[in-house]
Amino acid sequence: MAIAMAAPRRLKMKADPSGVLTGTHFIDGDHACCEGALAAGARFAAGYPITPSTEVVERFASRVPTVGGTFIQMEDELAASIALQGAVWGGAKAFTVTSGPGFSLMMEHIGYAAMTETPCVFVDVQRGGPSTGLPTLPAQADMMQARWGSHGDYQIIALCPNSPQECFDLTIRAFNFAEEFRVPVMFMMDEVVGHMTEKVVIPPAEQIEVTPRRHTRSLASAYLPYATNGDLVPEIAHAGEGYKFHVTGLTHDERGYPNMTPQVQQKLINRLHNKIASAADRITLYEEEQIDNADVIVISYGITSRVAQRAIEMARARGIKTGKFRLITAWPFPEKQVRDLASRAKALIVPELNLGQMVREVERAAAGKCRVVSVSHAGGGVHRPDDILSAILEATR
Amino acid sequence: MYSSSDNRLSTDVGVHLAKGTVSIIVERCKACGFCVEFCPTKVLALSSAFNSRGYHPPHVVAPEKCSGCDLCGMYCPDFAIYGHRNGGAAEAKDES
Amino acid sequence: MSALNPVEPFLRSDRIPHIWCPGCGIGTTVNCFARALIESKVDLNSVAVVSGIGCTGRVAGYVKLDSFHTTHGRAIPFATGLKLANPNLNVIVYSGDGDLSAIGGNHLIHAARRNIDLKVICVNNLTYAMTGGQTAPTTPEHAITATSPYGTFEPAFNLPHLLDASGAVYVARWTTFHVRQLARAMQEIFKKKGFGFIEVLSPCPTLYQRRNKMGDGLDTMKFYKEKSKVRHGAPTSEVGLTLNGEIIVGKFVDRDRPDYASLMRAQYVEALGDRYVDCSLSRECCEDESACSDEACSEFETTPGKETVCN
Repeated sequence: MAIAMAAPRRLKMKADPSGVLTGTHFIDGDHACCEGALAAGARFAAGYPITPSTEVVERFASRVPTVGGTFIQMEDELAASIALQGAVWGGAKAFTVTSGPGFSLMMEHIGYAAMTETPCVFVDVQRGGPSTGLPTLPAQADMMQARWGSHGDYQIIALCPNSPQECFDLTIRAFNFAEEFRVPVMFMMDEVVGHMTEKVVIPPAEQIEVTPRRHTRSLASAYLPYATNGDLVPEIAHAGEGYKFHVTGLTHDERGYPNMTPQVQQKLINRLHNKIASAADRITLYEEEQIDNADVIVISYGITSRVAQRAIEMARARGIKTGKFRLITAWPFPEKQVRDLASRAKALIVPELNLGQMVREVERAAAGKCRVVSVSHAGGGVHRPDDILSAILEATR
Repeated sequence: MYSSSDNRLSTDVGVHLAKGTVSIIVERCKACGFCVEFCPTKVLALSSAFNSRGYHPPHVVAPEKCSGCDLCGMYCPDFAIYGHRNGGAAEAKDES
Repeated sequence: MSALNPVEPFLRSDRIPHIWCPGCGIGTTVNCFARALIESKVDLNSVAVVSGIGCTGRVAGYVKLDSFHTTHGRAIPFATGLKLANPNLNVIVYSGDGDLSAIGGNHLIHAARRNIDLKVICVNNLTYAMTGGQTAPTTPEHAITATSPYGTFEPAFNLPHLLDASGAVYVARWTTFHVRQLARAMQEIFKKKGFGFIEVLSPCPTLYQRRNKMGDGLDTMKFYKEKSKVRHGAPTSEVGLTLNGEIIVGKFVDRDRPDYASLMRAQYVEALGDRYVDCSLSRECCEDESACSDEACSEFETTPGKETVCN
């Protein structure tokens, strides 16, 4: 279906200065995440209190009345996770914030966002689980849930910050990915990153790039809500603009109408998958260091990467050629990069604050080309550098 | 396929002018019977004809009694019938 | 006068015939809805319909308006977010009794408590119809359903009482027999700011009425006609429904109290004075070039054959 383009599409805009708290701050990850959301243009949050995430929305609640926007504390996470989507369709950039038990409650609506291609951000400040677990202590045990928690086949993007500065910077990235790909983005913090206080530099608004809403330029009479061109991402319209479109969580065709046949399912679900999978190169952010000639490479993310950094330095001090690969994007998983690492090193060491989640993806990508060592931890604290160092030493024995 | 009422009927003792016209979209009807029952002047009855889905749609049996109140239209859950007041020589239009 | 069916412009005609059974009353409520929209002269571009899951939830897919078929029980919080992001929208929640009062019950009472400016049309067929006629919180005691094959023994919700207690500013009940009153009630809530709730009793001849040997849709409409008693202003505690008893209909609650947005604004103005920024929409989402300054432009997509244009 030809879409009339009145003018070239703007891919990036500069941040709205009213939301940018330019300056050097000494704040924790939760607070930095809130500032990142505001800088990215978020003007709606629906939340429900849950430790250790609550400060994100508490700060948002105190900031938006003087910036513009709305915060509403909903009656539960089910309501919060869908209210933010209503706000998106009303024209706002929106997000919610939660931790394990709330994340579980939000799963149906993460699936709804994926199916209806609603751009939005879900922040999960991970804590010890399962169930009520350890509300005030860290874990990284929601990583698989972030990818597979809702029913059915769908793709999401997940980012893992490892510092308050990254809580600011990567939140902006999260919103930008959400808008570019019309997908829910999981922002996987953890209790330590959320509650650690560090220097956070917020640049001037004109140095911050934000991706605007991928709004249609079609006339109402020609607009098909879920038609796509080569890039697999449809153009959105908001309620109240005269497009009179329909959105449903049922399997639907390009008109947005329910069309519950295997043929339409094949087309839609594969497109939702390929929309992200085909752009993986653009989405998979990572940090690597001294990979060439490494005997052992440590793959980590979030707070564990801070501990791993120390362990890597200790290993190098003992003469072990230790490489570092830090996942910034956890999903889609950087398969290509890890497959390459597996062909270079003798062992991949994967410390995580869980009993082995992302390590399964590492094993899958490595496909037996080298040893993959899980340095697991049930959560409640962080690894000691020695825990990771001994795994490195053991792997190079 | 649709049917509509005449808006004029003459008898030996005078001319009766219907105030309204009913239009029926026969293929949409599922013969629930609401329109027949709740027409205040009993203009309609279920016919013995079938539509392609096997239902007996209504037909107009007393066109002169139609006031165009559109209660039939308000009741019909299948959007298969509606009435309107005649304006001068206005007649039902073809909709499908 | 136009000879077109007044409801036709409101329908996605390419999706008719709909899925509702013969004698189901949901389509009847849609007729009333269309007429209420016409009579109240609401700008149709500003209307958004939000529904949940169930037979009534399918209404969103048949109306030619901005419409959202959301998740089971969550139409109201979705509608809340929609309304808060764009207060100029007229947001109507159109959903069924199970969707709104069982899985959605928590959201129903909180939105009423907050007095969010939403219009809720609750089509009550006393059952979960779409899934085969199971017991709902509104199913009258002793009725037979798919999950209470020997008759229910749970007391049923009195929805007007629930909404009255939760703070809704408009509460009415009609049946699909009362088409004119229903259309008028819908008009009233479109004009009234705050949380408005209309319960509409409707036949489910395929499931509820069949299992309870109450006839078909037409029999049910006659039942409504016979059993209904109009009592405007009746105390909502007295309007509970039973299997075969009286059906009290009418407008029970019509009061005024400030809606959520007004309360929010008043509080912020009091606390912040001039510092309060009353704006709900995100400015960065603006795609209208004329509304964006040159400084906001960073990068444009190039189309082959077209030069890169930077505002």
